[in-house]
Formats: sequence, C-alpha cells, structure tokens
Amino acid sequence: MEWILQPWPWHISGFLIVVIMMFLIFLGKSFGFSSNLRTICSACGAGKTAKFFDFNWKSQVWNLLFLVGSIIGGFISYQFLSTGEPVQISERTVEDLGQLGIAPPEGLQPLEVYGMESAFSLSGFLILLIGGLLIGFGARYAGGCTSGHAISGLSNLQLPSLVAVIGFFIGGLAMTHLLFPLIFN
Amino acid sequence: MKAIVYIIAGTAFGIVMAKSEAISWFRIQEMFRFQDFHMYGIIGTAVILGALGVWLIKKYQLRDFSGNPIVFNPKEKTWTRYLLGGTFFGLGWALTGACPGPLFVNLGYGYYAILIAILGAVLGTWLYGLLRDKLPH
Repeated sequence: MEWILQPWPWHISGFLIVVIMMFLIFLGKSFGFSSNLRTICSACGAGKTAKFFDFNWKSQVWNLLFLVGSIIGGFISYQFLSTGEPVQISERTVEDLGQLGIAPPEGLQPLEVYGMESAFSLSGFLILLIGGLLIGFGARYAGGCTSGHAISGLSNLQLPSLVAVIGFFIGGLAMTHLLFPLIFN
Repeated sequence: MKAIVYIIAGTAFGIVMAKSEAISWFRIQEMFRFQDFHMYGIIGTAVILGALGVWLIKKYQLRDFSGNPIVFNPKEKTWTRYLLGGTFFGLGWALTGACPGPLFVNLGYGYYAILIAILGAVLGTWLYGLLRDKLPH
C-alpha cells in the first residue's frame, strides 16, 4: 500500500484520466470541466443578464456532482493518501523560480501564491482573482479547457481543439516568461 | 438520477489529479518552462489512449450503458475564438497554476485561498456571457 501514498507516475495518471473520460462517455455524457462555471452562473440567475446563461442548467447537474466529487477527491488525497512530502520538481525550475522570489516547494503549492497571508495582501488577492477571471473568460471564449479541448477534443482529433491548445501555450508561455518577472519580485 | 455515480467519478478524478501532482502550481511552471516531462506525459498518455478509445467506439459503433448510440459532436471550424480564448485561458492557467478541475481539487486539498480564483473564474465566465455578441469568434 506504500505506493499509493507516493506521487503517482504520469502514465498511471494519463491512463486513469482516460478511464474516467470513457466512463462518462458510456454514461452518455462528455468530459469537460469548465462547463460547470457556466452552469453555476446560470443557477445563480445570470440568465436574466445574458442569453448565454438562459438554458436548462438542471440538465447539467450531473457535471456539478462530478465537481463536488473532485473536491472530495482533493480532501481524501490530502487526509488519507499523502505523505506531505514536497513536490519533486526539477532543479532548474527551483532555480528559475528562486530568481522570482519564490521559495522551493514545501508542499504542493507555493505559499507566495496559495498561502493565506499572501491571499489577503492586495497583490496576492489580485493574482488569484485576475488569474481566475482569465481562466473563466478564456475557457468559455475558447469553448473548453484542458479536459474539454486538450483531452476530449484531441482524442477526437479535432483541429479546433489543437488550435485552442496552441492558444493555451501562447498564453502560458507569455505569462511565465514575459509577465512573471513583472508580477513577482 | 444516478447521482452517486457522478460523485464517485469526480472523486476518482480529484484523487488522480492530486496524486499525480497535476494540481501543483510548481508542476505547471515546470511544464511552461519545458523543464520536466511529467505534465506532458500525463496529457500525452491521455490523448493517445483517449484517441484509441474514441476510434474503437466509432469503429464498432458502440452504445452507451443505456443502449443509446455514442455520438461525438465535432467542434465548429472557426479559429479566432480558439486562438484568442485559448490565449486568455493560458495566461490564467500559468498565473494560478490551475485549470478549472484543479481549482476545485485544490479547494478540497485545503488550499482555501483558491476560493478567490474560483470566484474569479465564475465572474470571468459571466463576463464572457455579457460580452459574447461583441467578441470576434
């Protein structure tokens, strides 16, 4: 049972993600997480403000349940399946991040971004809020996120999904290499 | 409705994402700096096996658990929205180190500060709905 507490290798993870995707497909659904954000807007009454949210959101409750499950999965992983060891990232990444004033990992996440103290500072709050805004806006604009485009879409050999993934990388590389030096430090 | 089935599937997803460290901001940084294979391995394995699965479903015209034919809806063949929307998404993915699934897995993991990013993601989705007719697609 020791292996279950260690970080799982990429091939196990990739395989299990496909098992979950296939399970949803055989339930007559599809694997796409960010649709939930639209459903949440709709359930909160956003249908009164824009037609985009005026749909029968109750048909998407299954996906909201999947979302609730993902929170439970995070909780179980932390409580029962973790040794609390820091994430073993490459030395070069540690060095590069050090130059931006980000300390080597002590857990899964950097305190400079995910710590409560940072989240309650103005800059820390804005990093999380604006990051979230970009994720939500971009995912719906592109019609999907990593699960919908990078995994479901590419699995179905959809060229538009490849274009979306290229977009993910344009944005991610620009943020990491051009904007991080301005945001951090 | 088989509510419990979806909760279990989501729980499995959350555990896989957390245990393979795909919810880690550090892992996403490693990926965008091309300094480790880990994230590419996860996505690459999923795409190759997923493509095989989708191909088999189409080839043998498999039916779902309820006996209905499985249909895959092709994406619209436009480009602007995918490239621009994708770029916005990538900016946020690198900044928070999380895509929509991991935002919620991190919450369960006890990183409560991520609630701010979740709020942002809901607001961003709402903003898209408001601006949709004015944006080039």
